[in-house]
Amino acid sequence: MHTKSIKELSKLLHKKTISCVELTKIFLERMEKYDSKLNSFITVTDELALIQAKNADKRIAENKTTPLTGIPIAHKDLFCTKDIKTSCGSKILDNFISPYEATMTNKLKQAGMILLGKTNMDEFAMGSSNENSFYGHVCNPWNLQNVPGGSSGGSAAAVAAYLTPVATGTDTGGSIRQPASYCNLTGIKPTYGRISRFGMVAFASSLDQAGPMATSAEDAAILLNHMSGFDVQDSTSMQEPVLDYTATLNNSLKGVTIGLPKEYFDENLTTGVAVKIDNVLTELERLGAKLKEITLPHSKLSAPAYYIIAPAECSSNLARFDGVRYGYRCKNPLDLEDLYARSRGEGFGDEVKRRIMVGTYALSSGYYDAYYLKAQKIRRLIADDFKRAYEDVDIILSPTTPTPSFAIGNSSQTPIEMYLNDIYTIPANLAGLPALSMPAGFTEGLPIGVQLIGNYFKEANLLNIAHQYQQVTDWHQQIPEGF
Amino acid sequence: MEFETVIGLEVHVQLATKSKLFSAAATTFGAEPNTQACAIDLGMPGVLPVTNKEAIRMAVKLGLGIDGEINYESVFARKNYFYPDLPKGYQISQYELPIVKGGHLDIYLEDGTKKTIGITRAHLEEDAGKSLHEDFHGMTGIDLNRASTPLVEVVSEPDMRSAEEAVAYLKTLHTLVRHLEISDANMQEGSFRCDANVSVRPRGETKLGTRTEIKNINSFRFVEKAINYEVERQINVLNNGDKITQETRLYDSEKNETRSMRSKEEAEDYRYFPDPDLLPIIIDDLFIDAIRDTLPELPQQKFQRFQQEYKLPAYEANTLANNIELAKYFEDTVRHAKNSAKSIANWMLGELTAHINRDNLETIACPVKPQHLAMLIKRIEDNTISGKIAKTVFEALWNKEGEVDEIIANKGLKQITDNTEIEKIIDTIIKNNPKQVEQFKTGNEKIIGYFIGQVMQTTQGKANPKQVNDILQTKLKD
Repeated sequence: MHTKSIKELSKLLHKKTISCVELTKIFLERMEKYDSKLNSFITVTDELALIQAKNADKRIAENKTTPLTGIPIAHKDLFCTKDIKTSCGSKILDNFISPYEATMTNKLKQAGMILLGKTNMDEFAMGSSNENSFYGHVCNPWNLQNVPGGSSGGSAAAVAAYLTPVATGTDTGGSIRQPASYCNLTGIKPTYGRISRFGMVAFASSLDQAGPMATSAEDAAILLNHMSGFDVQDSTSMQEPVLDYTATLNNSLKGVTIGLPKEYFDENLTTGVAVKIDNVLTELERLGAKLKEITLPHSKLSAPAYYIIAPAECSSNLARFDGVRYGYRCKNPLDLEDLYARSRGEGFGDEVKRRIMVGTYALSSGYYDAYYLKAQKIRRLIADDFKRAYEDVDIILSPTTPTPSFAIGNSSQTPIEMYLNDIYTIPANLAGLPALSMPAGFTEGLPIGVQLIGNYFKEANLLNIAHQYQQVTDWHQQIPEGF
Repeated sequence: MEFETVIGLEVHVQLATKSKLFSAAATTFGAEPNTQACAIDLGMPGVLPVTNKEAIRMAVKLGLGIDGEINYESVFARKNYFYPDLPKGYQISQYELPIVKGGHLDIYLEDGTKKTIGITRAHLEEDAGKSLHEDFHGMTGIDLNRASTPLVEVVSEPDMRSAEEAVAYLKTLHTLVRHLEISDANMQEGSFRCDANVSVRPRGETKLGTRTEIKNINSFRFVEKAINYEVERQINVLNNGDKITQETRLYDSEKNETRSMRSKEEAEDYRYFPDPDLLPIIIDDLFIDAIRDTLPELPQQKFQRFQQEYKLPAYEANTLANNIELAKYFEDTVRHAKNSAKSIANWMLGELTAHINRDNLETIACPVKPQHLAMLIKRIEDNTISGKIAKTVFEALWNKEGEVDEIIANKGLKQITDNTEIEKIIDTIIKNNPKQVEQFKTGNEKIIGYFIGQVMQTTQGKANPKQVNDILQTKLKD
């Protein structure tokens, strides 16, 4: 039961072969049984889940349903959920119970989904290994010694181990796609502005996007249908109408032109990953797609620009965590200065502090032009690269990450090495483009992913290609041993 | 050495929107602490700002009112600093691209001279909350009701040369925002706040001296006092051969002095950058023109019109035009007494203003209504009462003793205009004062004043002065 797709589960629920309560219990039991190995959840909302499941059964009985009614889900602990702890993986919000609900989670709630819990993550979404969490690291179900990727590592591990059918993540520089790649999932970061950011705790406002993480493109599409849409409470959300992303899943790939940016197939890419990508390309050609080498000349500047813009925005976004109104406050502050310094010093982890410092420096008077403004200029150049590329191709394909997942504890040697994990995923965030990672096979027992980057609001194209690929391959259906 | 004072003002005008600049919370003044602060104002994790369109409209209105240039694209920026009453750790303001660029205000000094004060810019920003240091026994209370209330900061050029000019500028701006109905500009409640940049330089010098900034002065009188104090302080410093430190100073109204708050070296680096949560404000001519069409008559225009239409002298026209309530009262009165504009203005600036000030009333609450004043003036002009008696009637009107004609009748104040009656009285007086008659006849024509006085005394001021004069002239020369 726990490996079935959303569509299959929904059919069983509607036929009343199984009730929502029963289905919810299956997943809660799996969480109970397996999460001690993974540490993928920060909060389990079992009581709430059972109440919601009961309501969902009622709605099914009354025939007032959506394709998501009764389907369990887990949210990254970055989304504010009313009356439920929302920690962002940080000590500073360990005691924070959100007084309001995020727009996106509310939409899924209204659609009848059942919240199993809130998933572990790198603190404030800063990290690529899920080792920067106040709640401890998360293990990769494919190899418990390895990281699941990050920052949406808890969501990725939970879905990969079938502790939940689907989960939500957020992606600022690859935080959905990289863990999807490391955990054999389909994860999509939609166009910037496609999903409301209201209630999603900000890391870097101009880059953050929420998205679904699932075991198939079809599940991701169904979820995305209900997550997307304009929100008056988010000035950066877009009016663009929401398509039914499931409607075009079965379109033929004949005549689709896939661009291969030569800059992405560089010396950073390991042979194991490169071979798998070649296999994907062969398969896609067989499905009718045409391949074309393209160039995105400013790709190399993505990581430097990203590591200015994201820390700059985060240094300001995280200023509100000051120990004054909510969250962690240090014991016996001597004065205001001490209250700030110790609440933040004790409340934030090292990676968060590192980025706040980098960002504060980059925005300082005298440095602003040289760093922040220059990074913004580079950002425009990168977006222009893509714009030119989409004159010739429909979609761009690249590796999601240069390597498969790595061992826990191994990664933190230098922050720069860690940052390089994101070199292929960052450009889509800088340009605001939709991008997806899908399973492309295994190397030395570890899954690796391939990334598809689309033009603005072309999520349907990405999901269509991934779905077609998943019709002729079974990488995405592999189940990690022991789960 | 003789010094010249140079002043530039930064005025924070609170916009009279119903809800806040970036949230739907109400902006009413005086509510219980923290009852008008929603999750957005509290800077909860994950919340996002959404710009209040009405605030943009009001800012554009102000821009048009100061003849400024409205930027087609303006950008909200974050001003980052830590303070407990600043919930997000940054204030959303405008930095490089303000909504209004340039502009000017004409001010009129008491001696009637006109001066044009340049305005550098006007930008939108949100207010912070309030820290309450009393009543909490060693702790600080925070009230976030005011957090995210919309403000427009109007920054002038350093064009003012005296405290008097600074106050005139402030009053002109104050009147303007009230005319435009974009702010109640209540200084006590903090909806019109002023920071003054003050420097001095030797007369003839073109380079500006080092300035100090005096923060948050909350009345016209204090602006004048604070600037005068600061100018004197700076001159003393320079005369002692010392240098002015660029710093922020606080005005203490009780001690009437300014004190150093922080120097330039201690000034914070606000790390401004465009707010990624908000799109640029894009405005087109259509939007601007639609607002232009709703503009009320501005004080400057009113001033011109009052001079032309009602032939008022500059001083009267300016005083009336710069006070919405007085201007309205004036025109309401003129509507009842079409050809008496000048007398109306005189009565208003004389008797009416004196009474209003004496009783500390709002113009709108004054018991003498425009139709009363119009009728009173009509009764002077149709000779029913004399100007002098009219003051008695005005006093009675003020005390709500009835309508004009009623008061005249009840108090028997009607002017005596019957020639025979006046002649009779004059005859008696001439008979009783032979000495004075003799003096008149021998060339002391000034003595006629004595006779007029006698007549008025006899008639309790009710005799028509012109008639009295005419009759006396004839009779005495007989």
